[in-house]
Order: sequence, then structure tokens, then C-alpha cells
Amino acid sequence: MDCYHMRVLLVVVGLVAIGGLGPVPVVAQLTEAAQDGFVPMGDIPPEDQLPAAPLLVAAYAVVWAIAIGYLWTIWRRLGTVEQELAEVARRVKSKD
Amino acid sequence: MNRRLFPLLTGLSLVIFVTAPILIVRAPYESTMGLVQKIFYFHFPSWMAMFFTIFILGISSVIYLFRRKPVADRLAVAAAELAVVFGLMGLITGPLWGIKAWGVWWQWDARLTMAVILELILVAYLLLRQYGGPGSDRLAAGLGVFAMANVPFLYISTEIWRTVHPRTSVVPTLPVDFGIPLWWSFTGFIVLCLALLTARGRLEEQRAAVDKLYLALEEE
Amino acid sequence: MSEFLRVAWLVVRKDLRVELRSKELLFTTLFFAVSCVLVFAFGFVRGGRAVDGAAPGILWIAIAFSGTLALGRAFERERYHDALRGLLMAPVDRPAIYLGKLVGLLLLLTVVEAVLVTMVAFLFQAPLFQYPFRLYALLSLGTIGFISVGTLFSAMLVRTRNRAVLLPVLLYPVTIPVLIMGVSGTAALVQPEPDLAMARLWITLLLFFDVVFVTLALWTFEPVMTE
Repeated sequence: MDCYHMRVLLVVVGLVAIGGLGPVPVVAQLTEAAQDGFVPMGDIPPEDQLPAAPLLVAAYAVVWAIAIGYLWTIWRRLGTVEQELAEVARRVKSKD
Repeated sequence: MNRRLFPLLTGLSLVIFVTAPILIVRAPYESTMGLVQKIFYFHFPSWMAMFFTIFILGISSVIYLFRRKPVADRLAVAAAELAVVFGLMGLITGPLWGIKAWGVWWQWDARLTMAVILELILVAYLLLRQYGGPGSDRLAAGLGVFAMANVPFLYISTEIWRTVHPRTSVVPTLPVDFGIPLWWSFTGFIVLCLALLTARGRLEEQRAAVDKLYLALEEE
Repeated sequence: MSEFLRVAWLVVRKDLRVELRSKELLFTTLFFAVSCVLVFAFGFVRGGRAVDGAAPGILWIAIAFSGTLALGRAFERERYHDALRGLLMAPVDRPAIYLGKLVGLLLLLTVVEAVLVTMVAFLFQAPLFQYPFRLYALLSLGTIGFISVGTLFSAMLVRTRNRAVLLPVLLYPVTIPVLIMGVSGTAALVQPEPDLAMARLWITLLLFFDVVFVTLALWTFEPVMTE
């Protein structure tokens, strides 16, 4: 399976995994919690900081990882195609 | 043009992304969600980037369908892949935010549903291009048009359904302190998007060149 | 314009005539729809009683599945003996062919849905016939939305290698809004306190969807089908 197929497969599997984490039955409480806007605040109580930080870091890391990972797959595919291009160009030249 | 454009765009987006955390850290905390709300600065722009690329997909699909310009087709494929990538970013950062802010990883509210459906449509586009055989470029263009046309309908449902998501109107009324890092990140995402588009477009260009050479080979 | 409609009508008549001889598409789709609902009945019944609120979803899923089955074979007959090429070479407006196929499929699905609604109302004790006109509006607009996209995709894929599996792959994500609107509208009608305002809203949205997507399909049918 070449890298393009792998990529599509990974995306699909990733999506299924995300979807499969599943809805949790706390809908009733949560529909009341709809927000209308962001309200700025100065300090936050210390007990709120720790649990959120790993999530925040994970979120940023994921974005960077996906962006760099995608760029890498493009670079790899481009390398293969350019190799093939050089090869075929050589064959065309040698036929002349 | 591609040779110079890509490094330029990548460099620019890198600069923006490296400086973004400074702005983000300095932004005030949100009163109910605290630290985890800062995921917003990457989460929201990645969705905007996804919409941007879907729009590009739709327009280039129309151009390809009616004008048959190969450039449009290459742009469409690049845009579709990018939309999947940005959608994936949004779909992963969203639950990471949600588990802290709402207490659940996932909610079938309209906005999230729309996100998943759009991602599905785009993956279907890629599957069609990969497995559709000859002529799938035209068919995919048809699908691309339908995908873009679907976006408003999916979006409208968020205005009607009750939702736990912050309402879209949050953004226009954002206090300036929140606004600056948001729009800075947003610019970064758009520049990144353009950079990736040129790179992916180049890949398609080279593939087309190989095909042409193969044809030339067979002719002789 | 009348030429356009005349051609569309000719296509409908041709398909009807062929179909009425064998009734193959009708019987197989009907049977599939019935078995589909029965499978759901076995899946969604607890302790001998139907699960609450499942009826609208089951109805629309059965419609979607039967519709996909019918769509998969919509252009089947034209694949043989180069009939499709002959059809496309005719000096007529190509979108008229699309319209003819669309109407033919809608007629087929009308029959299938009549049976489906009755079965679902019966098996799941859902008061589907309480507001017959609104239900009819929901069903017809929803089916038009679904089949209009499906006919285009089915035509698009007629010469494609993996068409049997690609049709549902392409069709379902794009028509999910139709399903959402249809199920929500039907649920609004069937729930213990029917919400008629919501139902009307969903009907209106479905109408918009249909207008947009039928227009889009008519517009893109020609360039998509050309070699």
C-alpha cells in the first residue's frame, strides 16, 4: 500500500476513532451551559490551571504535528514523483 | 513561481506561528473556561482554514467542469486534501477543549455534526479520486461543487438547533484582547494553507508531467 | 422549455414502459424496503415494545437505503448495448434526460414510501398519519432532495470502475442534511406534543435544499457527462 493510500486510511481511521469516543449522557445539563460570548478575566484560581495545561499543550502539539506531518508526506511523494520524472525523461532522451 | 513562493509562504507562516504563543499567553483568561479556552486560538482558525479550502475546492471544481483548465483540477485536489488536514486539526483540538470545558469528549450538536459531515464529504472526494479510475477528475469536480453548495445548509442548522457550542456571534463581539491573538493565528493558518496549497499543487504538476512523458514515450 | 419537458417526459415514459413489463426494479426495491424495516423492528424492539422515538429515524433510513438501491440500478439498463451513448448523442438538452430519470425514480419511490410509512406506523406505533399533508410535504421534498443528488451521482458513476461501492460513499455524506431535516421534521410531527412550527421550518429548509440542488444538478449534468 503506497503512502497515499496509507494517508487516506489513517485519516479515515482517525475519524472513526474520534467519532467512536462517543456521546456521553450529560446532554440535559450541558444544553443549559450554552455561552453567548467570551468574558475576559484577570486571575484564575490555581486549582483550575493544572488539569487544563496538558490539554492545551496537546492541542497545540497536535496542530503542529499534523501540519509538519502533512508537509512531510508531500515532500516524500514529491521525491518519488521527481525520481520517476527523471527516469522517464532519460528514457525519452535515449529513444531519440 | 512555485519555487520562490513556497519557501516565502512557509517562512512567513513559521514566523507567525512561532510568535503566536507570545500573544496567546498574554491574552486574558476567559472567566468560565480559564486556561483551556486558549485552544480557541488554534481551533477556530483551523476551521476557518477548512472553510477557506472548501471554498477553493468548490470554485476550482466549477472552473474545471466548465473550462477544463488542468490548473483548476490540480488546485481542487490540493484543496480537498488540505481541507481534510485542517478539519482533522479542528476535530482533534475540539474534543481536547470540550472535555475540559463541557465535560464530554463529544456531543452531537449541530456544529460538531456539521464538522464531521464535511470531513466525510471530503474523504469521499479523495476516495473517488483515488479509486474512481479514469475520468474521476471530472466526477470529483461535480462532487466538489456539491460539497461547497452543502456548506450553507449544514451551517444554517446551527442557527436553528440548540447548541452547547459558543455561538458564532462570539467572534464579531470579541473584546480586543481576545481578538488580537485570534486574528494573528488566523493569518498564520491562512498563510500556512497557501503554502501547503502551492506545495501540493506542485506535486500534482509533477505527476501530470510524468504522465505526459509516458505518453511521449509510447508514441515513439 | 416545452421541448425540454417533452424530452423529459419521453424518458419517463420509456422507463415506465420498460419497468412495467418486468416490474423488476419495483418488486426488488419494495422487498428490500420491507426487509429493511423488519430488520430495524428486530433491532429496536425492547421487551416486545418498540423503542420510543425511533420511528422517524427508521423511516428515513429505510428510504435512504431503498433509494440507494434503486439509484444504483437507475442507469443499469442504459449500460448495455451502448444505450447510454445513444441517449447522450440524441440532439436534445442533456439535462432533460436527467429530469426524466429523476421523475421516474421519484415515481418508484412514491410507491415504496407509501408501503414504508404504513409499515413503520404499524410496527412502531407511530402516529404518522396524524398530519398527513405535512408528512407528505416532508416525504416528497426530502425524497426529491435525496434522489436529485443521487441521480446525478449515479449518472456520473455509470462508467466508473467501483461504482457500486462509490455511490453510497459519495451520496450519504452529501445528503445527510436531507436526512437530518427529514427526521427532525417527522419527529416534530410524531412526538407526544407535535411541534407544527418546527415541522414547517424543516419543510421550508427542505424546499430550499431541493431548489438549490436540483438546479445545481441540472447545471452540472452536461459537463459531468461529457467525455
